[in-house]
Amino acid sequence: MTALAWERRRRALGRTWSEYRRDREGMVGLIVLAVFVAIALLAPLFADESQLHAVNTVDNAVWAPPLDHPPLGTDNLGRPVWDQLVYGSQVSLLVGVAATLIAIVIGTVVGVTAGFFGGWTDSVLNRLSEWFLVIPFIPLAIVLAAILGPSLKNIILVIGVTSWPVTARLIRAQVLTVKQRLFVERSRALGASSAHVMGRHILPNVMPLVIANATLTVPIAILSETTLAFLGLGDPLRVSWGSMLDDAFSAGALGREAWWWYLPPGLCVIAVVLAFTLIGRALEAILDPRLRAGRQG
Amino acid sequence: MTVRYAVGKALGAFATLAFVVVFNFFLFRIVEGNPVATLYRGRNLTDAQREALTHQFGLDGSQFEQFLRYLEQTVQLNLGRSYATNQPVIDEIWAAAPQTIALVGVATLISMVIGIVMGISSGWNRGTTKDRVLTSTSMTTWSTPDFWLGMILLTVFAVRLGLFPTGGIEDPSSGATGLEKLLDQAWHMTLPCLTLAIAYVGEFALVMRSSILDVMREDYLTLARAKGLRDAQVRDRHAVRNALLPSTTLIAINFGFVLSGAIAVETVFSWPGLGLLTTESLAGPDLPMLQGLFLVFSASVIVFNLVADLAYPFLDPRVRYR
Repeated sequence: MTALAWERRRRALGRTWSEYRRDREGMVGLIVLAVFVAIALLAPLFADESQLHAVNTVDNAVWAPPLDHPPLGTDNLGRPVWDQLVYGSQVSLLVGVAATLIAIVIGTVVGVTAGFFGGWTDSVLNRLSEWFLVIPFIPLAIVLAAILGPSLKNIILVIGVTSWPVTARLIRAQVLTVKQRLFVERSRALGASSAHVMGRHILPNVMPLVIANATLTVPIAILSETTLAFLGLGDPLRVSWGSMLDDAFSAGALGREAWWWYLPPGLCVIAVVLAFTLIGRALEAILDPRLRAGRQG
Repeated sequence: MTVRYAVGKALGAFATLAFVVVFNFFLFRIVEGNPVATLYRGRNLTDAQREALTHQFGLDGSQFEQFLRYLEQTVQLNLGRSYATNQPVIDEIWAAAPQTIALVGVATLISMVIGIVMGISSGWNRGTTKDRVLTSTSMTTWSTPDFWLGMILLTVFAVRLGLFPTGGIEDPSSGATGLEKLLDQAWHMTLPCLTLAIAYVGEFALVMRSSILDVMREDYLTLARAKGLRDAQVRDRHAVRNALLPSTTLIAINFGFVLSGAIAVETVFSWPGLGLLTTESLAGPDLPMLQGLFLVFSASVIVFNLVADLAYPFLDPRVRYR
């Protein structure tokens, strides 16, 4: 049974990939993302970590424009913008992916439980996600970050526990339709337990939607990290694109027109967020049965 | 639309609000430490003074007593005193709210109109170059951190070109009054408002585009065309009117987020609204202020969501008669 199922899943994956390859925007997103992931993973090859700390940059010129200190100039403490940019990609991507994982796990558990069991479990979980949906997200994240203290772990936690409700609602709706399908009924009739039905029949059918939704949650998490770090709630020990913008703003880079310091981090955020959005939309178009029907109709 | 529907929605909103109030209390009690000691560090307080201050900040008695007193005060709109300025939190919020409502309200209105027009145009011409350009513009503005856009606009238009002021709400040295003062304030508001309008326009355009696409499959459009109506008539009289419904919900929800919408942008332009108040309260942190702001932000979202829920049946008869 498992070998057969795996073979079927492998083929389905191959079909999805060949369909995905035809989506030009999705491919652009994938390539851009691959470049940023490579830079983040191989950061030591592209940049010098010691240059991130002001103690090691006393010999550098401060506020140096790009031509005086290639490739991107230096900040008010002589730290090269390029090295900060390269190492900053690690934090942005890590926070984006890790926070999304937390959100997806909570969202899937809540959504599947609510949809599968129905009744009062559903009402209680619905009210909970409704509550999280109306809470102004950035203020809640600010309050939590201010209370828990600034650290990478807390930023991930804060963004993760505040971004699951959309996923939960989507999954719940999908579970409700899958639950009605004949194979679920048959499995029930054969005496399968709830756990078996959920794990073997419901989850694999909801998974594609979870993946598409996850890809669209990452950009929101990255944007949130940028905002929180800009407000000074990021990890003080790690450089991120948001913390670069915070440093530049606080040091008065705007008045000095030190654009080389704060232009690149923003452009990087846009590029990564757009890449994830393009990938997510391409996946959604392939994997979401409703959009699929719409495309053919 | 029945009374039962309205009462149900109102009760739901009330329950959510009550949950926020209770959550707010416990959230802010996670923090360890004694604000009286922190605030008056290095000063010699007599025991009586210390007791009076502890009482003033509502930190005496058991947790349960504190909770009851907090509930009572919150119902009376007494949100405590700021640790930083010792002023009542509610007064500071009242003083800052109009600036935020003006800034974000105007920006939301502008981006709403432009976004909806963009969305109609790209959805109706789907697949064309026009659609591709409009959609990628919308997605790019959606992907841009709003405060970063503000930093760029500030550098170009205020620092480099000197066309606009670099921040604040009015020129403190001018001493202008009346209409002149108002114009000066509008002048100061232009750049932050433009920043927010650009930041919001993408979402409106994308939502409007996808609801136009949904409507385009409906039978009544085929019928309208079969009747021989011109393309613009089919679009404006039949497609747009129905496609506007999902956008109405988005608009209502967006107005709920007006109060909390510009925290980082207000900081960039030192615009003295609720957002700047929030960032200023982070230093310290000024917990009663943050607590009060969070309550007000949440309440505004809940109220506007309720308005959207109650307005929907009036706008869409299909919901009313179901």
